Amino acid sequence: MEKIRVKGFGFAYQGGSVALENINLSVMRNEILGIMGPAQSGKSTLLRCLNRMVDALPGTSRKGSITLDGADIFSGEIDPDDLRRRVGMVFDVPVPLPRSIYENVAYGPKLHGVRGRKKLDELVEFGLRSAILWDEVKDRLGTSALRLSGGQQQRLCIARTLALDPEVILLDEPCSGLDPISTLKIEEALSELKSKYTIIIVTNNTKQAARVSDKAAYFLMGELVEYGRTKQIFTVPRDRRTDDYISGRFG
Amino acid sequence: MEKLIEKGLLVIAYSSIAILFIITFFIFKEGLPFIFREGLGTILGGVEWRPTKGEFGILPMVVGSLLVTGGALVIGVPLGLSCAVFLVEFSKPKVRRILKPAIELLAGIPSVVYGFLGVILLVPLIRVHLGGPGLSLLAGSIILGIMILPTIISISIDVLEAVPQSYREGSIALGATTTQTVSMVVLKAARSGIVTAVILGMGRAIGETMAVIMVTGNAVAFPGSILDSIRTLTSNIGIELAYASGDHQEALFATGVVLFVMIMVLNLVASMTRKKRIR
Ligand SMILES: Nc1ncnc2c1ncn2[C@@H]1O[C@H](COP(=O)(O)OP(=O)(O)O)[C@@H](O)[C@H]1O
Ligand SMILES: [Mg+2]
Repeated sequence: MEKIRVKGFGFAYQGGSVALENINLSVMRNEILGIMGPAQSGKSTLLRCLNRMVDALPGTSRKGSITLDGADIFSGEIDPDDLRRRVGMVFDVPVPLPRSIYENVAYGPKLHGVRGRKKLDELVEFGLRSAILWDEVKDRLGTSALRLSGGQQQRLCIARTLALDPEVILLDEPCSGLDPISTLKIEEALSELKSKYTIIIVTNNTKQAARVSDKAAYFLMGELVEYGRTKQIFTVPRDRRTDDYISGRFG
Repeated sequence: MEKLIEKGLLVIAYSSIAILFIITFFIFKEGLPFIFREGLGTILGGVEWRPTKGEFGILPMVVGSLLVTGGALVIGVPLGLSCAVFLVEFSKPKVRRILKPAIELLAGIPSVVYGFLGVILLVPLIRVHLGGPGLSLLAGSIILGIMILPTIISISIDVLEAVPQSYREGSIALGATTTQTVSMVVLKAARSGIVTAVILGMGRAIGETMAVIMVTGNAVAFPGSILDSIRTLTSNIGIELAYASGDHQEALFATGVVLFVMIMVLNLVASMTRKKRIR
């Protein structure tokens, strides 16, 4: 079933600097889409459009449409705060709030009206278990999240997104600052999460895209150069530029 | 030449520090013998201030200082903090760039002008609408509350701007509204900095003299309500030092010592919270 459809989508920041042009792609439920591409090619912009984080910026303009379960996310019927609960986002640099581990995970559910210690406890445990962090922190939930290692912080950020029971998870280069072992743990978590969520992951590491994604997309300067099954893209890319990029001949 | 300038600056730096020490030393030299002679308890605990009859109790003035400072904080902190929050979180950077220097300019207005405005505008308003003499604890609190606004606003703006943008994004991405993000994340992260702003505002309020003399009525008594007149430690010195001599003069220096210690403690607390923030 189709979860997200991006149709003829274009986006420009203030002053008309175009970041995305005529993007067409779709993501099925329980599928992982890997987005690759060099810096400045509009990958983060697309993610920020998918959960309307771009709303706060002044003077932006867009074309085309993005639908979630068939409903236009930019239409008046969708409340942006509710959309961000349904479409969770994990950033490249993990930034836990300056609070305890527990409070970090409970923050989202509390915002959306979940009350009661028992219910919150359950959600916190669920989030941390799903992000494969529970065993490492279960004895020190009250300590500051800022004391965790970088890899643990990133998994905490995934956990707090999961505690909101989202439908889609967007990850923007989640492993860019992490060591290989932390990266492996996050990839492991992702492959387990796939059964329940729809995932879009931006990565600057083509090997990671090949390992974790079902479908892949290659962005270049705001243009979607190629999009298709990951196997196909990595074996017989249709576009020369994709071929150059994944075989490391880029630039 | 380079050496010469360096030496010159060094001399200037040392002499200004030396001057500060001399002033401090002088206040203590004049005030401490009196405190030892009369006993700290009788001065701090005494409720009667009759210099001509040898009674030197400053408790009403300590209370007056604390009350008017507390009152100033009750008025100035919520106003100043909401102003800073509005400017940093809810308005365009352009607005902030114009308004912040304008607010800081307010700190440069001489306190006698604030006092004058208080006497002309505020005191009659209080007298007519709320009763009492008008010259009151309330008038002092409002004027001081306004006078500490620039301190509180401008430090709070700096503190709020220093909260990483990524904290806000992280919270928004979890579905929080801007208001929720500010109250649950930004203010929490900025807490110790805001405490510093409050303490510096408090220092300004407790040390203010001229405006307070002009609007509080200066009666040496415990106020029964916020509409009653009060006298602060600073007012006491400001009013009487010009004509005091002998024991009376020494008693005023003792008042100065008490004030000095109170302000030192405040500054110490402020620099401690600031250090904690850096760590
Ligand atoms: N907040 C912003 N305001 C203006 N331009 C931006 C902003 N964020 C990104 N851009 C521009 O949009 C383009 C795409 O950036 P981005 O989506 O961050 O690319 P990527 O994530 O692929 O590195 C770049 O040219 C960048 O300069
Ligand atoms: Mg990016």
